[in-house]
Amino acid sequence: MITPAVSSLPAVQGLAAENLGVFGRDPWWLIIVKAIFCFAFAMLTVLFSIVWERKVVAWMQLRIGPNRHGPWGMLQSLADGVKLMLKEDLVVKGADKVVYILAPIVATIPAFMAFAVIPFGPANNEISIFGTRTPMQLTDLPVGVLYILAVASVGIYGVVLAGWSSGSTYPLLGGLRSTAQMISYEIAMGISFAAVFLYSHSMSTSQIVATQHDKWYVVLLPVSFIVYIVSMVGETNRAPFDLPEAEGELVGGFNTEYSSIKFALFMLAEYVNMVTVSAIATTLFLGGWRAPWPITAFWAGANHGWWPLLWITIKIQLLLFFFIWLRGTLPRMRYDQFMKLGWKVLIPVSMVWLMLVATVRALRNENYDFQRIVLYVGGGVLALLLLSLVVDVFRDRGRREPAESGAPGDRFDPMAGGFPVPPRPGQTLPPVPRRRPRGERQLVNATDTAETADKEQEGDNA
Amino acid sequence: MTLAAGHPGFMSPTGVEIAFVLVGIATLGAALVTVTTKQLVHAALWLVVALGGFAVEYLLLTAEFIAWVQVLIYVGSVVVLLLFGLMLTKAPIGRSPDADSGNGWVALVVAVAAAATLVWVVVDAFRSTWVDLGGAAQGSAKVTGAILFRHWVLPFEALSVLLLAALVGAIVLSKRGAPARRSLLSKSEALPMRGVPSERKARES
Repeated sequence: MITPAVSSLPAVQGLAAENLGVFGRDPWWLIIVKAIFCFAFAMLTVLFSIVWERKVVAWMQLRIGPNRHGPWGMLQSLADGVKLMLKEDLVVKGADKVVYILAPIVATIPAFMAFAVIPFGPANNEISIFGTRTPMQLTDLPVGVLYILAVASVGIYGVVLAGWSSGSTYPLLGGLRSTAQMISYEIAMGISFAAVFLYSHSMSTSQIVATQHDKWYVVLLPVSFIVYIVSMVGETNRAPFDLPEAEGELVGGFNTEYSSIKFALFMLAEYVNMVTVSAIATTLFLGGWRAPWPITAFWAGANHGWWPLLWITIKIQLLLFFFIWLRGTLPRMRYDQFMKLGWKVLIPVSMVWLMLVATVRALRNENYDFQRIVLYVGGGVLALLLLSLVVDVFRDRGRREPAESGAPGDRFDPMAGGFPVPPRPGQTLPPVPRRRPRGERQLVNATDTAETADKEQEGDNA
Repeated sequence: MTLAAGHPGFMSPTGVEIAFVLVGIATLGAALVTVTTKQLVHAALWLVVALGGFAVEYLLLTAEFIAWVQVLIYVGSVVVLLLFGLMLTKAPIGRSPDADSGNGWVALVVAVAAAATLVWVVVDAFRSTWVDLGGAAQGSAKVTGAILFRHWVLPFEALSVLLLAALVGAIVLSKRGAPARRSLLSKSEALPMRGVPSERKARES
């Protein structure tokens, strides 16, 4: 069955021969050293980024932030970790014990695993450790990015099982939310990766960085990059997409019933995931370990030796700052808005973009010149836009007429049944009255003030 | 059943074969526990173990691409959706006494028959065919893609149509109850009570 198929594909096999021969030749002690380095890199970045997050959010809110432990409060997260380990370890009586204890472990381990394929430097044995020349990467696979995606999807189990095994309502809701969230955002994420594969001809991370030598994929594939950035925030359960642990709605979400070191493990998993997705974004779109453009223009050695480690660290830190910035700036999204964004915006947009990229690549493979490609693609996009505009115009006209005729009959009563209710399908909210400017209030007497207050209350209720 | 020639592997060919058999036994055990356990969510978790075992088997056969796709699709999506469904129906913690149906023996017979058919088909197909393991690794993404989209494109498309049909069927089944509910709603709106209480009543009745 398989033999005739393969024997007729010599050309394909020639293409498939990716040069990953440099990996997997390290002595055993070097493999252990590298694994420990990956672990330590993730841990240290996490310890730093927790303090950094609290500091940055504090500055954004005109506070000082942690400043007691160590210089500039740098040892704060270490102290927090020790404190958490010394706390009482509770196991809820109604919990499913085995799964309850398994959940934080399942959440933490996959978070670290993706680091195995992140390239910290070029793959041509440029550095030497104790006299052994080696690439700056633990290992690489021909399907490296697929491995990252698979490992990340296993990490969901930690959250889901924590929510279920706690045997309590809020964690269950948090677990449900995170399941739906991660599944729907993983699709958009996978499609945005596919565009990168089309350009790099490979799924191995070292190969992807190697093909970005003159242009980073953030320039070539801006839409994929934006889709990935949005879905990576959704995937890590961070603000403004932190619905599984929304403290205003679900107490603590999936980790409500956890304490002590188990809670610390969830915290660790969240931050390691942040570091991991930042490292993936760097590798796939931001040139990996490559120095940014103006530096390479006057310093040829920037991409050689140990220097790449510096560039990738800086890029990861900038992305982590972006995470913190988002948290300090944006309010949490509502659940339905979040799902709408995932299914109705991100997935269709990245799908259309992928088709576009594939078309351009196919035309390039057929040796059409650049102008003709621009003509075809630009023409296609314009036609599509025009079509959607026309459809939109006609659809709007069709909908407005019944809406106008049906509106007066179905009035919305916000206090139906004696207590405030949301509008049912087909009903619309009455407009929220605007608050009066403060200047007016000082001129009126006491009774008028009371009236204004009443009106405001009504507005709030509506 | 050897690792790709020319690439340094951790295990000798015999070691790979022994590991293959051991993982196979573990996978079979996990599958048996999946269908016999009385705890719903634990059954789903044992299913994860079984599917993960398959992924390890693929890895041992050097089919990296298929192995990670197996993890991504089956472990990462299908069973997560299964758990999602279980949690929506408030999967209880502990044993559910009604987890066993009386059809267990029929199911066993069907399973054994299906397994026998599959084994027979595979054995018959490969009776006189020898797979050449001397060349490059045949589990890579490019080779798999080329085989899939050149030689097996018709079954592939037929499968995708089948999935689409299943999707449409699921939507039709879930929509079947909707008109009845709407008529109940409009009836209950004639009642003096309005808003949420009437809707809740309609849902209960």
